[in-house]
Amino acid sequence: MIPSSSFLLPLAGGVLIGLSATLLLALHGRVAGISGILGSAISTTVAPKERRWRLEFLLGLAGAGALLRLLVPEQFSSSPASSLLVVGLAGALVGFGTRLGSGCTSGHGVCGISRLSLRSMVATLTFIAFGALTVFLVKQLGGAA
Amino acid sequence: MKALSFIAIGALFSTGLVLSGMTQPERIIGFLDVSGDFDPTLLWVMVGAVLTHGISYRWIMKRPSPFFAPSFEIPENKPLDARLIVGSALFGVGWGLAGYCPGPALTSVFTFDTETLTFVAGMILGMVLFAARQLARGRPPHAAVSSWAQADSRSHCSPT
Repeated sequence: MIPSSSFLLPLAGGVLIGLSATLLLALHGRVAGISGILGSAISTTVAPKERRWRLEFLLGLAGAGALLRLLVPEQFSSSPASSLLVVGLAGALVGFGTRLGSGCTSGHGVCGISRLSLRSMVATLTFIAFGALTVFLVKQLGGAA
Repeated sequence: MKALSFIAIGALFSTGLVLSGMTQPERIIGFLDVSGDFDPTLLWVMVGAVLTHGISYRWIMKRPSPFFAPSFEIPENKPLDARLIVGSALFGVGWGLAGYCPGPALTSVFTFDTETLTFVAGMILGMVLFAARQLARGRPPHAAVSSWAQADSRSHCSPT
């Protein structure tokens, strides 16, 4: 069991994410933005060769996730949202929003801020602000959405 | 070999997410719950990732090109626009509702947990809707990138 109060593990996990982004850029010249990788991987207008590496990356991501779920099940939990309808709607907002805004926590939050991109800094502050506002409103409306 | 490298890099990414607790949506909601029981975990993850990549980025970009590709494919440095703000705001609302962003959701997809599968299905639907909207407007469904390679290779086309 991993103590929830420790900051060392999240910091170490963050370093691994940073190393993954480092390897993807240094070896292959690509940015580790998960929403962009998924969006292009499932797009029919993207050339097969361009979809292939993205599918491989996602296979590694989800495959390691499946293995880790067996090794450290306590690190996984389900969404606390109250209904599947809310979870599905949240997913749609995340899918549409990250494509419209050209990135998510990884592409803007990690890779973009590492490049000191103004767009990514503004995007990150925007999604954190709207996320915090949403959590606040859900609490005001009485518990989980 | 290249396929193995992409698989390993993806696996490294999700290992970082799992170790840091990002596959627990209540931690994300705790981070966003600034007026209540604030959970700083995400902040530490961001610090670790940005410190690491912020330093490595400067080192990498001194190279004329990546090790195994002809050029760097970096997002275009465009000015701020409404698309960026509206898109990020919509993403933030979904993120706050479910506690998932794309990386942790896809890392958890093979748990076959009903909620995770529902979230991922919704996310893919949202991306397909965006691509359909772009095509209807006669625009490419994916974001613009600029190929970046030093010296004479700069004028050449990217492999995109």
